[in-house]
Amino acid sequence: MIPAPFEYVRPTTVEEAVQAVAEGGEDVKIMAGGQSLIPVMRLRLAAPETIVDLGRVAEMRGVRDEGDALVIGAMTTHAEVITDPLIAQHAKLVAEATETVADRQTRRRGTFGGALAHADPAGDLPAVALALDAELVVAGPGGRRTVPASEFFVDYLTTALEEGEVLVEIRVPKLAGDWGVRYEKFNRVAQAWSIVAVAAAVRRENGHIAEARIGLTNMGPTPLRASATEAALSGAAAAPDAVASAARSAAEGTSPSSDLNAQADYREHLVQVLTRRAVTAAAGL
Amino acid sequence: MTRVSMQVDGVTYTDEVEPRTLLVHHLREALGKVGTVVGCDTSNCGACTVHLDGQAVKSCTVLAVQADGAEVTTIEGIAAPDGTLHPVQKAFHEMHGLQCGYCTPGMIMASIDLLKENPDPSDTEVREGIEGNLCRCTGYQNIVRAVQQAAGELSGSAATPETTGAQA
Repeated sequence: MIPAPFEYVRPTTVEEAVQAVAEGGEDVKIMAGGQSLIPVMRLRLAAPETIVDLGRVAEMRGVRDEGDALVIGAMTTHAEVITDPLIAQHAKLVAEATETVADRQTRRRGTFGGALAHADPAGDLPAVALALDAELVVAGPGGRRTVPASEFFVDYLTTALEEGEVLVEIRVPKLAGDWGVRYEKFNRVAQAWSIVAVAAAVRRENGHIAEARIGLTNMGPTPLRASATEAALSGAAAAPDAVASAARSAAEGTSPSSDLNAQADYREHLVQVLTRRAVTAAAGL
Repeated sequence: MTRVSMQVDGVTYTDEVEPRTLLVHHLREALGKVGTVVGCDTSNCGACTVHLDGQAVKSCTVLAVQADGAEVTTIEGIAAPDGTLHPVQKAFHEMHGLQCGYCTPGMIMASIDLLKENPDPSDTEVREGIEGNLCRCTGYQNIVRAVQQAAGELSGSAATPETTGAQA
């Protein structure tokens, strides 16, 4: 299968990229690592007029320390994220979830920003960005703006990116205090898409859970926070019973789909089990 | 058409390609590198794996224009110039890490990438390391043995896993 013909533009700066998108005609697609876009184009489910390839925009690649946050360039590949020492130190949940994305070869090409902008409900990184209160920096013809993760994911494969905008980098606040993290994922063997997954970050204090942040993958058209479970865990004893009890409300407010992999009610069951496991592990129990 | 130049298995090629040309098609059809095969055509099976600037990628999921200026290594470029097999090729041969052989080029290219990162992988680490490569014949047993034998040879140790099944 071969994609339909398109015009190809390869900018080298963010400014050039924004300009190329503006000049790309009615149907322009931005390509990051291409690991979701090329398959979709091969199937002719997408046939854009113009492809703006961000592969040579060096300023969008890499991770830097900005004091209270890490800034991850949108074009940083999954393989780079997994081995980055700053991420290992300050955003371990990102690395842990990224290790479960697709396979070795795909992680060499696929990018952190591409996965967020694609916003596949079964993708692993949106729920992590949401759980960590990440902020997404986007550039457009009118300059740059910052969108919190809680407002970025709008619907199935739909984000707050406006026409003409490019996701440039992602600010991930460092977790201050005694945090433990865990990404708990349930998927079919040799098919790395999450049927359901749970991203948990837990801060312990004096034998109690002071704060829990829980992001859910594939429990609706967008990633979600397990707000009811987070509230139940706040101030709860760091004990298996308390965690198990809080995890029972993990499906509250979710709207999972039914598909070939799982029915909605099965996903509602899974999310409770995975939340219990993720929080238990993150709390060091 | 877009002009692309890339070094493939040590030789520089400059060609005009349509931007929609997949790297695997460019390698096979324009450059004659038919050792790299198309398996599933859906980014799942990994049969088309090559190294792009030293990293394993699925060449059905890379555009030829994206490889402009890059160094590509295919299964045809890993043996020594005198024909001596690469240690991973040799191990797949000796351990019979194949039956029909269709997945083998991709398996070997992914395994080389894995061993660069993890020179002494456990059984589980090999299976995870080649999760992007599907074999529909072997059940992976001998593939895992082959990768571990190659690991031993590459790191200079004498440890050789026991073989079972048909031998060459």
